[in-house]
Amino acid sequence: MKKLALAIASAALLSSSLVIAGGHANNVKIGIVLGFTGPAESLAESMARGAELAIKEISASRMLLSNAKVSYVRADSTCVDASAAAAAAERVIGSDKVDAIIGALCSGATISILQNVAMPKGVLLFSPSATSPALSTLEDNGLFFRASPSDARQGQVISELLQEKGIRSIAMTYTNNDYGKGLADAIQSNFESAGGKITINIPHEDGKGDYGAEVGALAQAGGDILVVVGYLDQGGKGIIQSSLDVGAFDNFFLPDAMIGKSLIKAIGPDLNGSIGTVPGTDSNGAQIYAQMAEKDGFTAGPYSPEAYDAAALTLLAMQAANSKDSDKVKAKVFDVANAPGVKILPGELGKALKILKNGGEIDYVGATAVELIGGGESSGSYREILVKDGKNTTVRYR
Amino acid sequence: MTDLLNAIVLLSNFLIIPGLSYGSQLALGALGVTLVYGVLRFSNFGHGETMSFGAMVTILTTWGLQSIGVSIHPLPTALIAIPVGIIVTIFFTLLIDQTVYKYHRTRKANPVTFLIVSIGVMFFMGGLIRFIIGPGDQIFFDGTRFILKAKEFKELTGLDEGLSLKMTQGVTIITAIIIVAGLFWFLNHTRTGKSMRAYSDNENLALLSGINPRKVVLVTWILVATLATIAGTLYGLDKSFKPFVYMQLLLPIFASAIVGGVGNPVGAIVGGYVIAFSELIMTFAYKKVVLYLAPEGTTVDSLIQLLGTNYKIAVSFIILVIVLIIRPTGIFQGKTL
Repeated sequence: MKKLALAIASAALLSSSLVIAGGHANNVKIGIVLGFTGPAESLAESMARGAELAIKEISASRMLLSNAKVSYVRADSTCVDASAAAAAAERVIGSDKVDAIIGALCSGATISILQNVAMPKGVLLFSPSATSPALSTLEDNGLFFRASPSDARQGQVISELLQEKGIRSIAMTYTNNDYGKGLADAIQSNFESAGGKITINIPHEDGKGDYGAEVGALAQAGGDILVVVGYLDQGGKGIIQSSLDVGAFDNFFLPDAMIGKSLIKAIGPDLNGSIGTVPGTDSNGAQIYAQMAEKDGFTAGPYSPEAYDAAALTLLAMQAANSKDSDKVKAKVFDVANAPGVKILPGELGKALKILKNGGEIDYVGATAVELIGGGESSGSYREILVKDGKNTTVRYR
Repeated sequence: MTDLLNAIVLLSNFLIIPGLSYGSQLALGALGVTLVYGVLRFSNFGHGETMSFGAMVTILTTWGLQSIGVSIHPLPTALIAIPVGIIVTIFFTLLIDQTVYKYHRTRKANPVTFLIVSIGVMFFMGGLIRFIIGPGDQIFFDGTRFILKAKEFKELTGLDEGLSLKMTQGVTIITAIIIVAGLFWFLNHTRTGKSMRAYSDNENLALLSGINPRKVVLVTWILVATLATIAGTLYGLDKSFKPFVYMQLLLPIFASAIVGGVGNPVGAIVGGYVIAFSELIMTFAYKKVVLYLAPEGTTVDSLIQLLGTNYKIAVSFIILVIVLIIRPTGIFQGKTL
């Protein structure tokens, strides 16, 4: 027994020293820290596959730094548990020795990782999907970027869209967290300053069995449409189901976190006619990416293209900085993301690495036509969604 | 006159019908908790997961039935799958009792030990359930969704307000009435039921008069498993089955049992409805009702809401605290069966 324990201990020691040796060699490791469990779990898998697609593409090209291999490790940040998020990030940095983190999925988890782990440890954090306006102004030492636009922008787009549809009064409910509150506030201020009326704006908690009381209050306040700033697997679904059951509302507005197949499957034909927005562009990058995803065996769901772009931009910035040190890499993210330079679409990452290696410049377009502004967030173009015949159809881009 | 009718329909649609069905689900759950407390003398925290387990077996059976084309349209198929769920859950709870609780019972462990043990059982069952069916949402409802649709009601009566009655709400309320009537008949009119009440009332006296304690424990677990499976399935039918939600349900269920008086079956039922209705009544916005009842031309700016819906959970706690201060044994005298 003692011998066995000794053997295991020495084996563990050996393998960990190997890992350290590997870390020093010419290898890059990326942590993919997303909410694999929790309210947005149905989005996480397709996002992780997106980020991995970019990593594999760059690794296979053997063009990064001096022929570096890129590996990745997944960790679960959950969505609502700030301490679990920080612990997951702590783990990938501490024991997996990652050079940068792609994540987190939800705004609350992202803020927690940024403040508790990424900033103190000086590791670059690139979120594909955190959209809270708070992240625009938060202290980040320049280490934080996101491939998604701030919800301040989405609030503006949603307000414009509602105005165009001739909707003058809305009832609104939001999931009680950083994301929900941030977006609801953005919608409220934009919609009210455009002369619209918000009859009621109440929070709801996720993971409840019964939303009768919330729907009761919403129904009494009334409105032309119910704006559900929630999660499609959680309270958002419960609110819509309950509203339909009592006949409180027929039309729903679905912001980004409510767009997904699982909602349509759960609610059925009653959801037809609802409208929504989700980040997206009409650049052919999105189509190319969708095909690449299909070839790799997964469907490019919401924020999956953003995840691909986040991973690609992180690694391209490393190439531009000719280093994997986050402090040097962070200065190069804007250079590779924005003009001037050669336009880079998904699947052309090898080409981009080559240009950068030869001292050229690139303007990464990617799957979402990403253009970084402000402190490092996407400028934001949105896809207007109409649920029609049990499918999310694209009306237009704005 | 129409205004009055509108106001009544409005209240029925948003308060009375949801309150009745939610209250029935809580009452059935609280009955199980109260039975364990009355006879076995401990707070069973594993009850929520027992409900979840029963619902899970019922769902798996339902899927089996659906795949071979069995249906009792317009009623949900799950109703004929419930007996299978009950039998499997009975065996499972008896297995847990024999392997876990029996050990502590023979050592006459104090109630706190039992309580902690039941928390362990809760986590074990929760893990097992997630292992078998996964943590996600399972929708197993089939048949007709509505008995009465809001739109149809409006067209039928010409009123401005709609009234909807879901099939699951109807099924829940009717099943709850049948089960409660059956349970009371059993406790008051059968020999076994009477011996259970005697055992609960005074254990030593009951043993002296020749009541078999093993049989009492056995019957109690059978009843508890039956109630839990039915309550869990009804809840899953009405909302949707998700393991996480059943753990959340534990809180209002315990509140119901305590408010009514722990160990008292009548109390459990009343407690269930008190908790369900007070949550709804306190957080409902009465604006439209007031507008219907007030004289023409009245305008109301506020929503007329006593408490925001975010305080929904607080309501059950406040009632719990008030009851415990003013009447510690619950509305009905608790601790006897």
